[in-house]
Amino acid sequence: MSSASHHAPHADTLAARVKAATGISLAQCYQCGKCAAGCPVSEEMDLTPCQVLRLLQYGQDKYDERAMRSAGIWLCLSCETCSTRCPQEVEIPKIMDVVRAEALKRGIAHPKSKDILAFHRAFLDSVEQTGRLYEIGLVANYKLRSGHFLKDVMLAPKMYVRGKLGLLPHMIKGTAAVKRIFKRTLGSKG
Amino acid sequence: MSRIGVFTCHCGENIAGTVDCPKVAELTRQIPGVVHSVDYKYMCSDPGQTLIKEAIKEHKLDGVVVAACSPRMHEPTFRKAAAEAGVNPYLCEMANLREHCSWVHEKNEATTQKAADLVRIMVEKVKHDTPLTPIKVPVTKTALVVGGGIAGIQTALDIANAGHQVVLVEKSPSIGGHMSQLSETFPTLDCSQCILTPRMVEAAQHPNIKLMTYSEVEKVDGFIGNFKVTVRKKAKKVDEKACTGCGLCVTKCPNKKIPDEFNEGLAFRPAIYVPFPQAVPNKPTIDTANCTYFKNGKCGVCSKVCPTGAIRYDQEDELITMDIGAIVMATGFKLMQTDKFPEYGYGKYKDVIDGMQFERLASASGPTAGVIKRPSDGKEPETVVFIACSGSRDRAKGVPYCSKICCMYTAKHTMLYKHKVHHGQAYVFYMDIRSAGKDYDEFVRRAIEEDEAKYIRGRVSRIYEEDGKLIVKGADTLMNGEPVEIKADMVVLATAVQSQDRSEDLAQTLHISYDKYGFFAEAHPKLRPVETNTAGIFLAGACQAPRDIPETVAQGSAAGAKVAALFSQDELTREPIVAVVNRQAPPLFSTCTGCFLCQTACPYQAIEQEEIKDRSGRVIKTVAKVNPGLCQGCGTCVAFCRTKAIDLAGFSNEQLFAELMTL
Repeated sequence: MSSASHHAPHADTLAARVKAATGISLAQCYQCGKCAAGCPVSEEMDLTPCQVLRLLQYGQDKYDERAMRSAGIWLCLSCETCSTRCPQEVEIPKIMDVVRAEALKRGIAHPKSKDILAFHRAFLDSVEQTGRLYEIGLVANYKLRSGHFLKDVMLAPKMYVRGKLGLLPHMIKGTAAVKRIFKRTLGSKG
Repeated sequence: MSRIGVFTCHCGENIAGTVDCPKVAELTRQIPGVVHSVDYKYMCSDPGQTLIKEAIKEHKLDGVVVAACSPRMHEPTFRKAAAEAGVNPYLCEMANLREHCSWVHEKNEATTQKAADLVRIMVEKVKHDTPLTPIKVPVTKTALVVGGGIAGIQTALDIANAGHQVVLVEKSPSIGGHMSQLSETFPTLDCSQCILTPRMVEAAQHPNIKLMTYSEVEKVDGFIGNFKVTVRKKAKKVDEKACTGCGLCVTKCPNKKIPDEFNEGLAFRPAIYVPFPQAVPNKPTIDTANCTYFKNGKCGVCSKVCPTGAIRYDQEDELITMDIGAIVMATGFKLMQTDKFPEYGYGKYKDVIDGMQFERLASASGPTAGVIKRPSDGKEPETVVFIACSGSRDRAKGVPYCSKICCMYTAKHTMLYKHKVHHGQAYVFYMDIRSAGKDYDEFVRRAIEEDEAKYIRGRVSRIYEEDGKLIVKGADTLMNGEPVEIKADMVVLATAVQSQDRSEDLAQTLHISYDKYGFFAEAHPKLRPVETNTAGIFLAGACQAPRDIPETVAQGSAAGAKVAALFSQDELTREPIVAVVNRQAPPLFSTCTGCFLCQTACPYQAIEQEEIKDRSGRVIKTVAKVNPGLCQGCGTCVAFCRTKAIDLAGFSNEQLFAELMTL
């Protein structure tokens, strides 16, 4: 934590961005570890939720970067088990979102993020176009984006038989409104 | 022939679980002198006591042995029952079948036999018991409070408000103690002086309180209700009556380069000084060790400028002896100094300071008028590192205990710092945050969440200087021990709370016990927290263990209440278990030969010399005499006496031999 020149800890830290984007103060976390203890995927994470928060608490580039480069932030499912149980009411999934977005912006996101991101995008495409989840469309979209063309294809017939894969999308009535929401939220980025 | 009754208690299953109580009753019934022996489930219960009382009357008992628990538990109960039935309470003894037998042995024949033997021993003792009468001693209703910090002030005020006289003795020139040095206090951040000084003034003006500043307890004799205390009133070299406190001497004193104790060495004071502006009494004292006049006879400026001629260079220390009924020790604590930390620079880095120095930096009455400036160059520090547990919980430094107040005052320091240096960053290295107390944890969270102190869990291993910065090397144990290095402008060590220098000497002067760290020992850690093992001497505040202000004040009031309760009686009753020097018929008069070995052995100064005179007043013999008021019944003199002239009432040699011989 070399801090010779950092006399204004708020300057441009990830903690400051989290605060600006979500209103959450990283200082609220007292590192009890209850989030990591309850997280369904923490065993797969290189950095557990409380470790990510701890890194952000330093307010220094070196540690911010380590958080952004981690794979753990991409494994977060936003299931909110952590924030439901957090004694200090820290909404960790929201923080994870900010860290992920920042990692992408700086181009330092972990390689694992590629597939996960592809899935997120495919999912959102489906919602944007149909207003709900269109499974086959999502699968196709994901495979195109990720390049894993043959992975898990053998599951498709079974799922089809059980009615889990509709051939045609079920459109909602207000697709135009959904599109407007997407436009307003994401701007031109789509 | 004695008529002794034996009452064997089952104590539920406590005794009866391993001892065959009916068998004990049966065995002991056969002891010569025992005329009645029964067993009962709970002898201490009301029906149990009635059983004893009725047996005494019915069988005309002249001695009672209750075979039950430890006499520490129920001796008073059974002695009272015996007394109510007309037997002298000191003819009622207890055989400890529980702690000494049933709890420590298996259930078998031998255990029951041992229980019977224990009863047999006590029966022999009772046979040789003599009726004794409790000793009555008068109570002097004046209390001595030693130490004029917040503990002593609170105690003195409470006793004085209960209508009793108090002498408040303080070793430094003003009362106020450490609390007067603090800037703000946790968890409310109210100004320490603002809440303390009204109490100081109240104590000084109270008609029942006699203030003795610059004074120290020299000698304590006597016992509860009847102490004789000698206090040394050190010469201030200033006539307090003549002095108006105008302060001209202080301004004119040419020797102004003496490190100021009140400001923890961060400022200077003159040789004639008032420790701080709100000092009570607000009259100066000459520091003779540093005064030019006392060093080489020259100067004398203060005397020349004093408008009332109050300077008295020839004033001597005074020894004042007082009659005191109760003593409250409130002598406080000291902080471990920064030079005890080789790893943090042996105190040689000017900007590595302790918590009390930080208080002075943050205090409006301090050397910087409350502006945070680091000592080396007066610059505003932009990064400050606070190190909790500096010396505390550190066995290698001789302080394995928690100093208790540091977590809270360090959180407070980070807040005070942030409130004064808005762009500054405070870091705190800590091991645990111990903030148990009303509004305490909320306070610490406020320091972290609102005032943005960065807390790092880990101990600092080293501090060194480099390019005008203090490099603080630690580790973050919440990040798998990740090494952390901070370039700081100032470091504040929350150094350990320790007992006052010479606290052991003082404890020995008062005959009270102390622990291995020099803190005075309470009589019981839970049930008698403000009493000492010496009757009539009480404790308040940090002289007993590290304490914060709320606890100290609570303890001060508790000690005050104890003293008030003691003073509510005109006479005290004491156990008559005291040593007695025998008397014989002439021409021997006493087997005492007057060697007075006992006098040198007695730890309580209870042995005096007595002259036995004939009718014409001629001294026949000088013998030892025990003052029953002072004697604590320890029996040391009995063991020392070469002619067996001294015996302990209730525990005579004859009784002890009889107890042994019966086995």
